[in-house]
Amino acid sequence: MDPLYPISFTLNGREVAQEVSTRTTLADLLRHQIGLTATHVGCEQGSCGACSLMVDGRMIRSCLVFAIQLDGAAVETAEGFAGDPKMDALRKAFADRNALQCGFCTSGMLVAARDLLNRENAPDRNVIREFISGNFCRCTGYEAIVDAISQVANATAQSRDIT
Amino acid sequence: MKPNLFQYVRADTVRDAVHLLHELSDAGRLIAGGQSLVPAMALRMASPEVLIDISSIPELALIEQKQDVLCIGAGARYSDIQASALVEKTCPLLSRAIPFIAHEAIRNRGTIGGSLAHADPAAELPSCMLALNAQVVVQSVAGQRRIPAEEFFLGTYMTALRDDDMIVGVEIPVLSHGEHHLFRELTRRSGDYAMLGAGFVIVMDGAIIKNARLAYFSVGDKALLAKEAAATLLGHTPVPEVIDVCATRAARELECLGDLYNSAAMKRHLVKTLTRRLLRELLKETE
Repeated sequence: MDPLYPISFTLNGREVAQEVSTRTTLADLLRHQIGLTATHVGCEQGSCGACSLMVDGRMIRSCLVFAIQLDGAAVETAEGFAGDPKMDALRKAFADRNALQCGFCTSGMLVAARDLLNRENAPDRNVIREFISGNFCRCTGYEAIVDAISQVANATAQSRDIT
Repeated sequence: MKPNLFQYVRADTVRDAVHLLHELSDAGRLIAGGQSLVPAMALRMASPEVLIDISSIPELALIEQKQDVLCIGAGARYSDIQASALVEKTCPLLSRAIPFIAHEAIRNRGTIGGSLAHADPAAELPSCMLALNAQVVVQSVAGQRRIPAEEFFLGTYMTALRDDDMIVGVEIPVLSHGEHHLFRELTRRSGDYAMLGAGFVIVMDGAIIKNARLAYFSVGDKALLAKEAAATLLGHTPVPEVIDVCATRAARELECLGDLYNSAAMKRHLVKTLTRRLLRELLKETE
């Protein structure tokens, strides 16, 4: 049994305290100890992007960070964005456009798409493609995913023009 | 895909980190962004006994100009360097190169010091340091010293760092009058390792090239300067004939090594192509 060390951090706005092994990644902590399984673990070496989430307001790969490094950090996972207007719009657009098949990449895709839309006013399809190039999808061919993100980006830009 | 067990300490200052590194000797390994080290640990290609976490040392994250030198702390993350207006003004090569590094989530954590210490021959920043004639600032318990980029990179994952050395920053001469920065890499897919990449720093006096530093990566066992090729440019205007001579010389001069997907002959071909493309961009910029 690995020795355990106490850490505390904010998870989706709530303080949590956990005991972790040094080698426990943030992704494994979330899934195995805390039971939040929207963060998927694909490659465990930083290639696939399925485990993308936000730490201190920046998107990171949770398989490439040890939980013990995050004492005091603010972590937001896909579960934490319920009620976030951009995330709600993205979820709806993903469903409408069939922007998923097996769904394995979806939570990482949504986290990435939300991060992009929070930073860029009206990203075009090339910018969207470039941005999600770090998230592997092995079923959709990306076209529908780009459609969905693009749809939300355009709707946001239009509503801004009206107001 | 789970790393070996290790011990973990967080260093709050450079002083602490350097002392820990000295005390632990071979057993200690610095972790900054961890974007290369953690995958290596997951694959058990690296199994450090003790990780010394330097990712939250505030003094390492500074980006500032001191007289004619741009000083970037080793802990500055790629995305912070990318977002820095000072870097864009004084060292556009870095602003151009960083979008090519991996993906957003990686750039949000990876650091410049980590990239240089890792010395991956396919990485963007080592060759940028060569092109920029940068100094790597290194600290150990014995004190601080500066290593010119040209003497820093020794081979694949090999640098001039000693066991108890830590990179604390880089010093880059700021953009001078007539200086042009060019950067490009060729990849199969966005974010992949480059098939070949290059960063050029070229100083013009009107239409005439006064100084040129041509650096390449994903070419051999480390980032390389094409010095003979650069010399062919001096005193000339980058017209097509001059560009051809330079590109041919670079392809002959550089010791190209094949990788999994591209043979050495392919790399030589790409050296020629990329050199031409970048010099044509220079011509466009100066016309």
